[in-house]
Amino acid sequence: MNPSSTTQSSRTTPGSGPAARSRHARGEALIRPGRTSTTYAQLARQLVTTFPQAVAKLDPRHVWRSPVMFVVWVGSVVTTVQAVVDPSWFAWAVAVWLWATVLFANMAEAVAEGRGKAQAATLRATRKTTTAERRLADGSLETVAASDLAIGDLVVVRPNEIIPGDGDVVEGMATVDESAITGESAPVIRESGGDRSAVTGGTTVLSDRITVRITTKPGETFIDRMIALVEGASRQKTPNEIALTILLTVLTIIFLLAVMAMQPMAIYSGQPQSPVVLVALLVCLIPTTIGALLSAIGIAGMDRLVQHNVLAMSGRAVEAAGDVSTLLLDKTGTITYGNRRATELLATPGLGNDGVTRAAYVSSLADETPEGRSIVELAASALDTPSREALDRLPQAGATFVEFSAATRMSGADLPDGTAYRKGAADSVARWVKGLGGEMPSGVLTEVDGIATSGGTPLAVAVQEAGQPPRVLGVIHLKDVVKPGMKERFAQLRSMGIKTVMVTGDNPLTAKSIAAEAGVDDFLAEATPEDKMALIKLEQHGGRLIAMTGDGTNDAPALAQSDVGVAMNTGTSAAKEAANMVDLDSDPTKLIDIVSIGKQLLITRGALTTFSIANDIAKYFAIIPAMFVVLFPGLDALNIMGLASPRSAIVSAVIFNALIIIALIPLSLRGVRYRAVGSTALLRRNILIYGLGGIMAPFIGIKLIDLVVSHLPGMM
Amino acid sequence: MSDTVSGLLTIAVLVAALAVVHVPLGTWMARVFTDTKHWRIERIVYRLVRVDPGSEQRWVTYAVAVIGFSVVGIVLLLAMILLQGVLPFARGAAMNVDTALNTAVSFVTNTNWQSYAGESGVSPLVQTVGLTVQNFVSPAVGLAVAVALVRGLVRSSGSELGNFWVDLVRGLFRVIVPIALIGAVVLLLGGVIQNLTAPTTVTTLSGGHQVVQGGLVASQEAIKELGTNGGGYFNANSAHPFENPNPLTNLVEIFLLLVIPFSLPRTYGVMAGDRRQGWTVLGFMTTLWVLMLTVVTWSEVHAASGPLGGMEGKELRFGVWPSALFATSTTATSTGAVNSMHESFSALGGGGALFNMMLGELSPGGVGTGLYSALLVAILTVFLAGLMVGRTPELLGKQIGRREITLTALAVLVMPTLVLAFTGIGMVAPLVSSQMLATGPHGLTEVMYAYTSAANNNGSAFAGFSADTPYTNLTLALCMFLGRFAPIVLVLALAGSLVTQRRRPVTAGTLPTHTPTFIGLFVGVAVIVGGLTFFPALALGPLAEALS
Repeated sequence: MNPSSTTQSSRTTPGSGPAARSRHARGEALIRPGRTSTTYAQLARQLVTTFPQAVAKLDPRHVWRSPVMFVVWVGSVVTTVQAVVDPSWFAWAVAVWLWATVLFANMAEAVAEGRGKAQAATLRATRKTTTAERRLADGSLETVAASDLAIGDLVVVRPNEIIPGDGDVVEGMATVDESAITGESAPVIRESGGDRSAVTGGTTVLSDRITVRITTKPGETFIDRMIALVEGASRQKTPNEIALTILLTVLTIIFLLAVMAMQPMAIYSGQPQSPVVLVALLVCLIPTTIGALLSAIGIAGMDRLVQHNVLAMSGRAVEAAGDVSTLLLDKTGTITYGNRRATELLATPGLGNDGVTRAAYVSSLADETPEGRSIVELAASALDTPSREALDRLPQAGATFVEFSAATRMSGADLPDGTAYRKGAADSVARWVKGLGGEMPSGVLTEVDGIATSGGTPLAVAVQEAGQPPRVLGVIHLKDVVKPGMKERFAQLRSMGIKTVMVTGDNPLTAKSIAAEAGVDDFLAEATPEDKMALIKLEQHGGRLIAMTGDGTNDAPALAQSDVGVAMNTGTSAAKEAANMVDLDSDPTKLIDIVSIGKQLLITRGALTTFSIANDIAKYFAIIPAMFVVLFPGLDALNIMGLASPRSAIVSAVIFNALIIIALIPLSLRGVRYRAVGSTALLRRNILIYGLGGIMAPFIGIKLIDLVVSHLPGMM
Repeated sequence: MSDTVSGLLTIAVLVAALAVVHVPLGTWMARVFTDTKHWRIERIVYRLVRVDPGSEQRWVTYAVAVIGFSVVGIVLLLAMILLQGVLPFARGAAMNVDTALNTAVSFVTNTNWQSYAGESGVSPLVQTVGLTVQNFVSPAVGLAVAVALVRGLVRSSGSELGNFWVDLVRGLFRVIVPIALIGAVVLLLGGVIQNLTAPTTVTTLSGGHQVVQGGLVASQEAIKELGTNGGGYFNANSAHPFENPNPLTNLVEIFLLLVIPFSLPRTYGVMAGDRRQGWTVLGFMTTLWVLMLTVVTWSEVHAASGPLGGMEGKELRFGVWPSALFATSTTATSTGAVNSMHESFSALGGGGALFNMMLGELSPGGVGTGLYSALLVAILTVFLAGLMVGRTPELLGKQIGRREITLTALAVLVMPTLVLAFTGIGMVAPLVSSQMLATGPHGLTEVMYAYTSAANNNGSAFAGFSADTPYTNLTLALCMFLGRFAPIVLVLALAGSLVTQRRRPVTAGTLPTHTPTFIGLFVGVAVIVGGLTFFPALALGPLAEALS
């Protein structure tokens, strides 16, 4: 039997439960300004405010980053020149709307960046210039600027002082206000040694004095990296984004060829086309919608993670999250509450339930461990009010409590009449009972074995009435309680194609029973860090991508090895260094959200690419007849939208092409909704909405725009 | 029996025959290319050419072997054609250098575009030792490249794609030669001639004299169709009664030209260890073929005008339906044999044949080329669809990353670039426009058809357009060469990139590539990409003509 059966579970993840619960109770959260959706009014405001930035981004060196938009930019210049040389309402209308297309793309990017900039500004405000008290080798202190600190320096921080840089506590223990980073107003404890030694620069010590060893160079601290991340300053194109850009570039080349080859054919046919018309056709055909929104989608994806209080150190990790096929989850704190709870009181065969209930209640009143609390709760619910109140009055009646100690592994109460109640690990109680001349009934032993076999922890309850040998009244069944809703979440993950593996230090028996209860696919029992590493490598060898969470230094190698490693913010700096994401809430179930965000990012890109290409069909039907209807009147049969005139048809297509960018900015910032359904259902749904929708939408849109445009001067 | 009933019956018999044969043939080809043993005759060949059949090649070596082999083939064939006057069996045939180069490239690239007249342009020696050898070898090259790509997809360790020489020899000895033999016998029984007699001179009804050529036609005919070659023994190709005497031989010829391309999806499925993957590709190819057949047949039946109805340019012994079936199948594969004159088709019907080629050898494409072209489109589809289910796209567990999408997109880009660029230049270059027979949209279609046929290694001609000028010969040769080998190199590079990847396991989150939804998207991508690329050009050619 587990010798620490009545002590608090040895490995809990501090803050995991409370963080989840306090999400609503949180004070002024800096990182999460509580916006889940953007209204169109807000968007309009954002668009107006980002206008100057959008104009600044017209710089060809910037536009060049998106080959599709660069083609539009060149087209805008060409049409503008043409409009100046040979002015007409039509040429100017096309030129203006082409510039608008580029501007709208820039605005989309600027709006996405703007959100990060606001967060960065808030963060920067908290990063005041600080000084540090550096401890020298002889133990004396000198005051230096925080920016002059070097890795390995020891600094002393007192209450109400700001910690000058990232580091580990090497001496002392203190409560620290980390709200600057986490938005969590409740202070946390940081102490030397163990897994709670990491402190972050910019956070404030509230009580006590600690000595910190600096582990990061000034300018590369956590807050600095956070600012760079949310600002998008260090943003690099992710692998999938690059692949998509290549595909879009090749599509652009194909359309460039198609349009270029058209002019000689038009000349042969007897109706050369003006450069304005050809540019308009080209811009309508190349995938401008996705080309314009691609970078906004990427920025918004990272931003969505930040909104979930997760910092990704690279966009690559976010993409990889969408591909994860195995999740390694620590049992404690993630799947279970992290401490065992009493779930059942079993009376010794032949004795009534009342005895064991009362005894369990009394003997646990002084047990302040979570297990003890849960016994009191359970017993209280089984007692009627008068008898419970009677038992509650025992201390006043002179009862003395025996507190739990690691040596006896029992707690209990001695009543004034000489009756002694004891509760504790079954073997300890057995020893106590036998030492005083009592017997361990075989029925109780059977119950104890049964509980142990099922993966639970059996506690025995005994009483010794004055002058008599002690009697065992029954057994308390303690077990790890799986958090509610886990089974559903794992089922959801399964339907997403993700296998869950529970990692625990428990023996295989216990692990198996909890795994079955929680509905995980697999478990790793009695896991050592080496076992964890071996499991990751094995899964990766099979071509699977692994995500895991961790907080301890011994998790660091596994975090580094896994494809998506999420470190808890409460964890050690080694863990945070090794991981590619940090969860500021320290909530291990966040992995599931991270996977969804990764998938959402890819889905949004795919959906808008499909939409963009599908749009071309309608644009052909608008522009091709417009170009050649004079030459081949029969081609008017292709003008199925019944557009008013060739000019209005072309201008309407160009306007639609520009406006659709604005219309889709909210979607690209919010992301296409991801549902945890099978991939075929997901594909069918997205093809229906973005494929068929993409074919239909411009037919309607262009027609509506044409109804307006055809009334403008020079359009008939 | 009405034309419609007999037409539908013909199609039904053809489809039934293909449905029956593709299973054993596809499985057989998979066995051929995964077999660890060598036949005795193959070992003799390996010893003669000093190839170690046990060694495997990485993609670069494989590609160098393919290109080297083909370039040597072009040089030898060119020399043979130029020297045919001094070689034995000369019949007074001679060719210009540019025509000779065009012909050499044409036969090595499996195009069989003929700028010369079949029966009089080349001597029987060149025909037999030069052109016919390429008719056997060039489809085997296509087969080898397709198999290399499939290996890239299905292998999960190593970086080798197989041995080109082994694949080539096996494709010849175990697939192409045996079926060609059977095909030749069947055609012979059906009435196709096979003799070595001297040309017969006959007096025609009007009193004139006509020289009627004989020759080893049945054997030539079988490989012409089976290898999706298309180069006819006679100038009139499969419209000539000696090549294609009756509706039955017509059906056999259509069957032969479709049988390997439609069996290869099965080969792919078997090699992938997941036959459903093969069904997907087969479903894709069949859908496109049926779609194009419907368009062409419908236009020929309904849209043809003139005193002859839809019969202009068609053989009376075949009629409209079998001619449309032949036209669709020959442009769907890279065959290019014709049993009717596509120039005389209705605007929409001719445009359908043209668009069928513009799809890029997908419906079902040439021997080998069809499969690898379809897999390229599958990769594009997987890329879009994969993103839409929230995963990095993958096909058979192989990720489609930056390198893979670049190579795929470039391979797909080659054909449209060649067609659009050379058609565009052709429309304003007086060298080309003076060679057109028709004016207006039909003239444009003639030129576009020629370059599309060349860039897709089809070889069928729209007639009308006189292509035997130095400029057209050379530009068409360039289109044929690049249209064949640029995608081959890119496909092999893609295979080389895929083969080094470990296969990722299938989970519920993986995009299944065997569902009807996927096939629908697969077809959609092919039609939309092809349509968007060529719509403006088609609008000025066949569409303008059809709608006027």
